[in-house]
Amino acid sequence: MQRRYFIKLISGAFALAFIAPMNAFAAIWNKAAFETTKLSDAEKNLEINDEKPSEEILITLPDKAENGAIVQIEVKSNIPNTETISILVEKNPTPLIAHFKFSNGAEPFVVTRIKMAETSDVKVVVKAGNQYFTNAKSVVVLENGCG
Amino acid sequence: MASDNMKMRAQLKGDAASGGYTEVKVLMSHPMETGRKKDDFDRLIPAHFVQLVTATLNGKTVLEAQWGTGISKNPYLTFRLTGAKIGDTVAVTWHDNLGETATQNIIVT
Repeated sequence: MQRRYFIKLISGAFALAFIAPMNAFAAIWNKAAFETTKLSDAEKNLEINDEKPSEEILITLPDKAENGAIVQIEVKSNIPNTETISILVEKNPTPLIAHFKFSNGAEPFVVTRIKMAETSDVKVVVKAGNQYFTNAKSVVVLENGCG
Repeated sequence: MASDNMKMRAQLKGDAASGGYTEVKVLMSHPMETGRKKDDFDRLIPAHFVQLVTATLNGKTVLEAQWGTGISKNPYLTFRLTGAKIGDTVAVTWHDNLGETATQNIIVT
């Protein structure tokens, strides 16, 4: 084997080993949906359409948040075959907060803590089968959490 | 990155036959910078946030989460699994926008 060829081969293998997983990861993260400043664009980029209001999505949030930097949210979907749960804060600089995908026996349930820039509706969208469902709850924010 | 930046607990609540589930709680250590905040010298602090969190039960993917900058600093996450047994392994991995990553395993108790 020629030395030149060998070096090419090795560098190629290195490039593949490092770049391939990075690309795979970058492809998973929905950049367009997360970076947009408009709630409607975030939903469009998540391919959410024709969402129906549903009381079967249970959202637990405080009525008032002292500090918008840490607002605990619990979401539970009682809609059969729930596949994904998306959390959006209407008045945040970038509304899409998180998108959770459940599989292999994970319950459609999640608790996390989010940032809220100001008093706003917190909107949850659930995908079940090929349908979308939504529910929302408003939170009064006393101190900005994005500063 | 050090593996001690994640705290995890996985506890079986009731048994699977009677509608029990395993509750997994995760606390990660991460700045979650939005890229909009300024430091004391009025310079923007670059965005640094977790973008992807995946959880597996005995190697099988159960949860895949994409996050934006709106998750609070030192992210907290609870999720529930049906069908997990005591002794099973739950693993959580995160990746951030700067290419950093961390993984932690925990046994269901």
